[in-house]
Amino acid sequence: MQRSVGYIIMFATLICVVCAVLVSSAAVGLKDRQVENQALDKQLNILRASGLALPTEQLSREEIQSRFATVKAVVVELQTGNVVEDAPIDVATFSVQKAAGSPDLGYVAPDNNAGISRLSKYQVVYQVLGEDGGVQMVVIPIKGYGLWSTLYGFLALDRDTTTIRGITYYQHGETPGLGGEVDNPLWKSMWTGRKAYDENWAPAITVIKGQAGPASSDPYRVDGLSGATITSRGVSNMMEFWLGENGLGPYLKAFREGQKG
Amino acid sequence: MATPMKKVLLDPLFENNPIALQVLGICSALAVTTKMETALVMAVAVVAVTALSNLSVSALRNYIPSSIRIIVQLTIIASLVIVADQILKAYLFEISKQLSVFVGLIITNCIVMGRAEGFAMQNPPMASFVDGVGNGLGYGVILVVVAFIRELTGSGKLFGATILQTVNEGGWYVPNGLMLTSSAAFFLIGLFIWGLRTWKPDQVETED
Repeated sequence: MQRSVGYIIMFATLICVVCAVLVSSAAVGLKDRQVENQALDKQLNILRASGLALPTEQLSREEIQSRFATVKAVVVELQTGNVVEDAPIDVATFSVQKAAGSPDLGYVAPDNNAGISRLSKYQVVYQVLGEDGGVQMVVIPIKGYGLWSTLYGFLALDRDTTTIRGITYYQHGETPGLGGEVDNPLWKSMWTGRKAYDENWAPAITVIKGQAGPASSDPYRVDGLSGATITSRGVSNMMEFWLGENGLGPYLKAFREGQKG
Repeated sequence: MATPMKKVLLDPLFENNPIALQVLGICSALAVTTKMETALVMAVAVVAVTALSNLSVSALRNYIPSSIRIIVQLTIIASLVIVADQILKAYLFEISKQLSVFVGLIITNCIVMGRAEGFAMQNPPMASFVDGVGNGLGYGVILVVVAFIRELTGSGKLFGATILQTVNEGGWYVPNGLMLTSSAAFFLIGLFIWGLRTWKPDQVETED
C-alpha cells in the first residue's frame, strides 16, 4: 500500500513519542528501586568481605541495613591518603567506575601492572566499628585487570591494617568455573588470617601457583585458582597496587600510625 | 480457530523450533546458559518481549507504512527490551547483573524481529501474541535444556544448589570446565538438532 510522505512522517513521530513515553516512564518509575538495589548490593558485598555476613547468606533489605549500621564510610583522597570531609561526592551513590572515567573526579593512573588506566581521585573506605565505637576493621576498595575484565571488589583488613579478614569481588567478567572462581567461598576463606604486609610494611600478599601452607606458617601466599593463571596473577597485582604507594598504602599507613599515637 | 491456535503455540517447540530448525538466536543461547537461573529468566524475558512485540506489531499492521516497517518494528522491540531490562534491574537485581548485556541484546535476537516481520505483519493480534509466546518458549526450551546439562556437569549444581559435590568443595565430582565455555553450548545445541532431526526426519534440509 502506497502512503503519502506526510502520513509516514506522522506515523513515525507518533511511534517514537509512544515508545519514548513508555521507556522513560519505566526508567523513571523504577529508578528508586534500582538505585536502592545497587546500594544494597554494595553494602552486602562489604558485609561479606568483612565477615559480617556469610558468603552465601541471602539477606533481606532490612537485615542488610541493620548489619550495615556499624559500618562507617570515609572518603579518602587517593593521592595523599588523607581523609576528606567535604569531598564533592555522595557516598551512598558513589561509583568508582564512573568517577574514574570522569574528567573531574578521575585521573590517569601511574604506571602499574594491575592494568589500571584511570583512577578515581576519591575512594570510599569502610570502617567497621566495634561496640565501643573503635574501628575494628578497614574495608578498602580494590580493582584490577584479570584475564577478560576488570575485577572490582573489597579487601577487609584488621585494625592492624595487615591481617586479612576477608575478600570479595562484586563485579567481574572472568570465565565461570575458572577465573570466575574468585567468587568461590572456599577460596575466599583461604585469605582470612593471612598478612597483607611483611615486617617492613611492603605489600607482600600474593596468589601463587599451586597450594600455599596454612596461614600461620605461610602468611603471605594464597592458593592459585586452578586453570586461571592470569586471573590469579591479576589478583596478586591488584593487591600490590592497592596496598602500595599509589593505592591506599598511604591511607593505611596514616591510619596505623594514628592508632598508635 | 482452536486447532490452529494450539498449532501456532506448540509448533515452535519442536516442529519449527527457532533455534534448532531456523538456527536463530544462537549467540545469546551460548552466553546465558551456564546456569539454570539465568537461562530461565532470559527465556521468560524473551517470551515476554516476543509476545508483546508481536501483539503490538500485529495491532498496527494495517497502519504501518511498508517503507518504514522494519524501523517501526525495531523501535517497538527496542522499547520493550529496555522496559524488560529496567524491570529486571529493579526486581531481580542479582540475576540481571549476571545476564548483564544479554538482556539488552534481545533487541538483536533474530527470533523477535523474524516473528514480527514473518508472522505478526500478516496475522491478527491474538494469533500473533500466541505465536510470540510459542517462539519464545521454543527458544526457552533449548536454553533450559542446555543450561541444565551445562550447570550440572560444569559446576555440579542446579539453580545454584549443589547436586554433585565438587572436589573444590570437598566432594568427589571433578567439574568439566569445558561445559562452562561457550563451545560446549555449541556442541549441545548441535546434538539437540541432530536428535530432533533424527526424530523428525522431515526437518532435514534437502541437499542442494
